[in-house]
Amino acid sequence: MLIIDCPWCGERDETEFSCGGEAGIARPLRPESLSDAEWGDYLFMRSNPRGEHRELWNHAYGCRRWFVAVRDTVSYRFSSTAALPGTAGEPGTPDAE
Amino acid sequence: MARYSAYSLLRNAASHNRHWRQAFRNPDPKSAYDAVIVGGGGHGLATAYYLAKEHGLRNIAVLEKGWIGGGNTGRNTTIVRSNYLWTEAALLYEKSLKLWESLSTELNFNVMFSQRGVYNLGHTLQDMRDIERRVSANRLNGIDAEVVGPAEIEARIPHINLSRDSRYPILGASFQSRGGVARHDAVAWGFARAADACGVDIVQQCEVTGIRRNGDEVSGVETTRGFVATPKIGVVVAGHASVLAKMAGIRLPLESHPLQAFVSEPLKPVLHTVVMSSAVHGYISQSDKGELVIGAGIDAYNGYGQRGSFHTIEHAMAAIIELFPIFSRVRLLRQWGGIVDISPDACPIIGKTRVKGLYFNCGWGTGGFKATPGSGWVFAHTIAQDEPQELNAAFDLDRFSSGALIDEHGAAAVAH
Repeated sequence: MLIIDCPWCGERDETEFSCGGEAGIARPLRPESLSDAEWGDYLFMRSNPRGEHRELWNHAYGCRRWFVAVRDTVSYRFSSTAALPGTAGEPGTPDAE
Repeated sequence: MARYSAYSLLRNAASHNRHWRQAFRNPDPKSAYDAVIVGGGGHGLATAYYLAKEHGLRNIAVLEKGWIGGGNTGRNTTIVRSNYLWTEAALLYEKSLKLWESLSTELNFNVMFSQRGVYNLGHTLQDMRDIERRVSANRLNGIDAEVVGPAEIEARIPHINLSRDSRYPILGASFQSRGGVARHDAVAWGFARAADACGVDIVQQCEVTGIRRNGDEVSGVETTRGFVATPKIGVVVAGHASVLAKMAGIRLPLESHPLQAFVSEPLKPVLHTVVMSSAVHGYISQSDKGELVIGAGIDAYNGYGQRGSFHTIEHAMAAIIELFPIFSRVRLLRQWGGIVDISPDACPIIGKTRVKGLYFNCGWGTGGFKATPGSGWVFAHTIAQDEPQELNAAFDLDRFSSGALIDEHGAAAVAH
């Protein structure tokens, strides 16, 4: 089992989390202007690297917040976890509620 | 190729089994081939066999980074069935099942294909409605399938827990009598031997490290054993498909996940068929050696590590013990993981790419073993003719921009 360091709650067991897949896939601002291939690329194509992977996790059975983790897909070792850019409040501060 | 037969058994027994020949050669790669198959798993070897046998391409090679039978082909739970919901998928898997039925004769190698039947259990009213729908769809496609009730399940699987008081009571099942299991290593060895006999070079411990392009077409592969020139490259590498795609500069809609499986200590015969449940998510059969063969679900995160998390094992065990309380004190002997390439619609991608001469066969996810002969058969056609066979035309990469997905998630009798 993985031990995952939630930016707000600290280290918890993997079973408290759900994995949200590759991070940094921005929804196109004007979908109607995209070709079918570009829309398909946004919806379905993934980098799926062997090695370092930026991905989203949700602390589903804890603070229920999403965050970004960098994890190696071969060793499964997390090298960092951080709040999503633009998330209200900073980890460890009272207004993080 | 020395044919295997009752006579060859007797003859070799008389000489104390000292003169058996190697089943296939272990050649060094040549500098050029008419076609190269990357990946020496069941699907890759089957592709090479049908390329040589049915399309006359004999100057071809299979490049395998490990050894034959060491990847997912030797790591799965060996279940074969064709009871898929959608017509495109059902016909592809049914073609494969038909090839399984004569495969031992075709390859002159006993793949121990055993049509002991496959039950897919239903635990809720909605499960039973889905089962009735799928069974009807199967029958319309000429695939044997029936809906069975608890009485029939009890007669065939006496140890299963049919109590109405269980957390997920068993209300019925779909049954495909032509489904069953096969000996997975034998499938790899049998295809390797038969392909080798047609002149195919099966090169082991030869990892592809790059795909060389000449403009819009391929010109060969870089390997750990030197450059191999070829105008046609068929990539059949399961969990590593995205890695190979990156070498060629294309993107695939795949994510690689660990999938775990287990076998127990050998037992006397206790389970004579295959039992699958997508609601509690476990599947189980008994091998000819007597081991219970148990499959789990995938781990949720991307992984190339050929191992998964313990709670996934725990979940699969809970499912099996829910179905078969009698197995609660059986000890597990081995546990392992393979890397599966999950596609968005739980269906494979078999076809051309925008690079001329580059073909991909991937995205089989958790259920590729059953398709081994059919996958090779259609992929060989696709490579040889440079166009898909009728059966895999719907499984091209373009469906992820056209939107014509073949959504077998959950519908394919087991949740992927």
